[in-house]
Order: sequence, then structure tokens, then C-alpha cells
Amino acid sequence: MSNTKFILGSFGDPDDLMLGIEKMQENNITIYDAYTPMPIHGIEDKLGVPPSRIPIAAFLFGITGTTCAISLLYYCMVYDWPINIGGKPAFAMPNFVPITFELTVLICALGMVATFLFRTHLFPGRAPRVMDLRASDDRFILAIDARENKDHEKIDNLLKEAGAIDVLHNERKYVSYE
Amino acid sequence: MSSHNESIIREPLITGENITYAKITDDILVSVENKPNKAWWIGFTIAGLGALLWVFSVSYTFWTGIGAWGLNKTVGWAWDITTFVWWVGIGHAGTLISAILLLFRQNWRNSINRSAEAMTLFAVICAATYVVAHMGRPWLAYWIFPLPNQFGSLWVNFNSPLVWDAFAISTYFTVSLVFWYVGLLPDIAAVRDRATGLMRRTYSILSFGWTGSVKSWQRFEIVALILSGLATPLVLSVHSIVSMDFATSLIPGWHTTIFPPYFVAGAVFSGFAMVQTLLLIMRKVLNMENYITMFHIESMNKIILTTGSIVGVAYLTEFFIAYYSGVEYEQYHFLNRFIGPYWWAGCIMYGCNILVPQLFWFQKVRTSILISWVISILVNIGMWFERFVIIVTSLHRDFLPSSWAMFYPTWTDVGVFVGSIGLFFTMFLLFVRVLPPVAIAEVKLLLKSQSFQAKKKLIKEGNLNPEQVEFYRESLKKFDSVSEAEIKELVK
Repeated sequence: MSNTKFILGSFGDPDDLMLGIEKMQENNITIYDAYTPMPIHGIEDKLGVPPSRIPIAAFLFGITGTTCAISLLYYCMVYDWPINIGGKPAFAMPNFVPITFELTVLICALGMVATFLFRTHLFPGRAPRVMDLRASDDRFILAIDARENKDHEKIDNLLKEAGAIDVLHNERKYVSYE
Repeated sequence: MSSHNESIIREPLITGENITYAKITDDILVSVENKPNKAWWIGFTIAGLGALLWVFSVSYTFWTGIGAWGLNKTVGWAWDITTFVWWVGIGHAGTLISAILLLFRQNWRNSINRSAEAMTLFAVICAATYVVAHMGRPWLAYWIFPLPNQFGSLWVNFNSPLVWDAFAISTYFTVSLVFWYVGLLPDIAAVRDRATGLMRRTYSILSFGWTGSVKSWQRFEIVALILSGLATPLVLSVHSIVSMDFATSLIPGWHTTIFPPYFVAGAVFSGFAMVQTLLLIMRKVLNMENYITMFHIESMNKIILTTGSIVGVAYLTEFFIAYYSGVEYEQYHFLNRFIGPYWWAGCIMYGCNILVPQLFWFQKVRTSILISWVISILVNIGMWFERFVIIVTSLHRDFLPSSWAMFYPTWTDVGVFVGSIGLFFTMFLLFVRVLPPVAIAEVKLLLKSQSFQAKKKLIKEGNLNPEQVEFYRESLKKFDSVSEAEIKELVK
């Protein structure tokens, strides 16, 4: 009993998972995290997870791209080596639009995805921090820290009441991936 | 999540009885978790031979130079640019499905986006090989990018659409790749968690350690949304810029302002045809009738009809403007498309692109798998000839009648073209084998609200308008994956 690190409620349906979260919150049991095979809309609000700030990062990367592109074009075409093409102005703004747009999109996309991977700790070769192997298949896992919440029997019963198919007591935090 | 039920009059996006989350994973991963069957090996052998032909023809081109192709002084651009534009255009459907349909909340995209995006990537790779191959000195391909250089810092000409093209295509490829791979992470994790041994280790590396926690899904969704917001104008810009390669020149038949929207519509048109060609086979071979339903096929056929008609209007506009502008070169060029030596190419182009898709006005045609497949092939042929007509017919009779010439492809031209199709199918077959060909997580999202069984439950419960139920039952008749007995059961 005392070796249990995490109690996992394994649900077969997202609505049951939501009910499980409600039951935990009614009884002041803190929830560690939930692992699901698909995004569940509204779960962030229920768990009080703040909105992602990735859009801000994306915007900043985007304007970085715009600025870099215009600077590059201006430097090359106007400052460093202006070419006289039929007497037309070297600073040919309409012609600069396509490349400015492409670089804005490119740097915004790459920067945003890099931010996403960095903040979510995702990179090739990272050992997966998985608590239950079926969380990517057909189970909706609600993880509760067993050290913080002492009344394990009550948690078991609440999870089962909410419709959990299995309740697991894990002695290791993550399933070993060797 | 399923706090509200979808209106009953909408067709189901997942058919079949007793579909569970586990069954979705099982059904989709059949091709990844099992040894390939005979059909796959036959396809892979043929495609692989095509890819070898490509390697040989491109190597021969590099060895001897562009003289290996049938180009001459008058027709300096022919099969290379034709096929380049064709491949880039085909790529557009994938981004349209994954990005634009996401912004429009079209949930039927969920089961076809993955394979369509993969198709985009492979099509753009095929296109890019032409860019490199036609350069003559491919080892200097990097000269197209504005790198500091030893020639007195002479920069690339940023006023040139060809330079815009380099930026557009490389950005398009990179963003499509990133979009595709981010979407793959949860599904690779699903493969990883079911695999053992070496396969687990490999997919573990590829999955980037995805766990499916609340925060990661939240970020995942916002990243997908913003990426589609970025990819939507991007995909429109790419073919617009490709069209400017032609439109900014002074050649009759090229020098028109209608080119950007006309090319974009044509790109989506040909891309959906290629998606249809691939998916109709994939659905059959991998037994995915329950996930890629008749509704998906019909929707794609409707898009082919719409974009095909837009292309038709663009063709008519070109003819009208040629007449109305009073420019005799322009007028001669458009007459030459029908009465010149390339009249047959013009006929294939107008026949396959305007006339053939009009058959899709009939529901019987839209919901017939065989006819849809044949039409999708015809559209692909027609769109290849569209670029051929635009490029070769415009060039072969230039301003000086003494330099008029014909273009005859050499075996190398044919080899590079047929080979690139082989390369495309080789990559696609490998993709189906190693990565989940349908977005598992996104299909799971549909199960509770937009599946046949969820709607059946609603009908059984009874509180629905009987007229709407009747409408729904009527719409199910076209589904090849729903039997008549199943429709009969749908009463309460």
C-alpha cells in the first residue's frame, strides 16, 4: 500500500473521465494529469490548465520573419548592389511581397513548432514518460499522486463510481521503456 | 466532449457496427503492424522499377547534360517544367484538406488528411527533382539562394519569379513536412505503445516521447490550428508564384493576369484527382471502407467538379480575352491550340478538364467507385496536358516563323517523367507500410458523435423529427459499407 506512487483510473469513455475529474475535485483530491488517446475538449478548463501562450510565440516569430525578409531584400537590392533595370526604382516594393510572405510563414511555422517541442519536452529519442500503455489506444487515464492523497480506498471507490474500468496502483511512476 | 449531438441529417463519417476506440487503432494499424500482402509487393515492385528508371534517366541527364532531353532553340522548356508544375499542383490537395478544411471545420477531412498530406510531400519531392534536374549543373543548385558569394557580392535577382519560386517551394515543403510530422506524433506513439523489441525502440525515437497529457494535447491543437492558418495562404501563394513564372513573361498564352487564380484552382483540381486515385485503392486494399466512406468519396468528387468548373471558366475567359484584347499574337496562339500541330493535346486538355468532370453532376457517377477512379485518372492526364499545352504550344511557334519548331521528347524525357511517377508511388507505398495512413487520434474524435452507431443510438432513443430520420436513411443508401438490413433497422 505504501509503495503505491500513482493511482490510475482507466476509463473507456471520455465522458466518464470527465465525471471522474468532477468527483475528484468535489472531494478535494488533486489530479496529477490525464493521458488520453485524443484531445478532449473542455478538459483544460475543468482542470484549470491555463490557455497556451504558443500563439504569442508564433506571432513574434512571424514578425521576426517579416523583418528579416524585408531587411535582406532591402540590403541586397537597394543598399549593397542596386541594379538599374530600365530605370525602375531599386526598392521595388511589390516584387518584395512574395519572398517577405514566404519567409514570414517559414520562420513563424518553424519557430512555433520548435517552441511547442521545447516546452512540451519532445525531441527524437526522448524516453516516453508513459504511465499506462493503453493511454494511446483506447483508455482515458486519470493519474492521481498517491503520496499527496492518502486515502487510497476512497479514491478507488470514487474512480469506480465514475465508471473507471480498471483502477491501477502503480509502484513506478512510468512504465519502463528500458 | 460529446455534450451535444450532431444533427441527424448529416451523413455518418464512420460506418459499421461495434466500432470501439480499440478497433479504430487495430483497423488503421493493419498495414503497419503486419507483413505486407501480395498486392503491396506487386505494387511496390512495379513502382520500384519506375523509381529505378528515374534514377537511371536522371543520372544520364546529369552525365550528358540537358542535351539529353528533346529541347531545342525554340522550345527551351518542355516536359521538365510541365511535369514540375503538374507535381506541385497535385501537392496542393493535401494542404487544402489538412489546412483549409480544418479552418472550415469539415470533419470529414479527419480520415483522409494524413494520406493526402503524405501525398503532398511526395509530390513536392518529385517536383523538386525536376527543378534540380533541369539546372544543367545541379551541383550549383544552391546558387538560387541569396548566399554571400565570391562574385563581388552579386545577389540573386529578387525581382525574378523564379527566385520567388525557390522560396515558395522550399517553404511549402518545409511547412507541409512539419505540419505532417506534428500530426503524426500521437499516432506514432500509438504504434510504439503496442509494439515490442526493435519496432518499439524505433517508434519510440520517432514519437519524440509523446505522452498524450492534457497540456501536450492543448498545445498540439493550437499548433495545428495556427499551422493551418499559415498553410492556407501559403498554399494559395505557392501556385500563384508558380503561375507568375509564366505570367510575368511576354509570351502569348502566358502573359495574362488570370493565371494565379486559374493555376490555384487547377492545382486543387488535379490534386483531388490524385487523392481520389490513391484513396480508392488504399480503401479497398486496407479494408478501410468504414473510415473512408462513400460520403468522403462523394465530397471529393464535388470538389473536383467545382474546381474543374472554375478551371473551365478560366479557359473560356482566356479565349474571350484573346478575342477582346485585339492582340493578334494572342489570338493566333489560341487558334493554334486547336488548328495547330498540337491540336490533339488541346483536345485532351479541354476534354479531360472541362467535359469529363461535368459527369459528376450525376449522383450515380459521384458514388460509383469505378467511374470515380477512371475520371480521376482522366483528370490527371488532362491536367498534365494543360501544362503541356500552355508551355509547348506557346513556345513552339514564336514571333519569328523561321524559327518555328516542334518538340519531340527523347527516351530520357519519358524516362524521367515515368520514373517520377514510380518514385511517387514507391514513397507512398513505403509510407503506408511504416506510418499510420489515417490519423488515428482524429478519427477517434468522430466516434461518439459522427459515427453510424452513434446516430443509430439517437434514432433508437426516439426524440427526432421523423422526416429528418427518413432523410438520413435515404442518404445512407449510397454507402457501400452500410447494408440494406442495417438501414431497415433504423426505425423507432
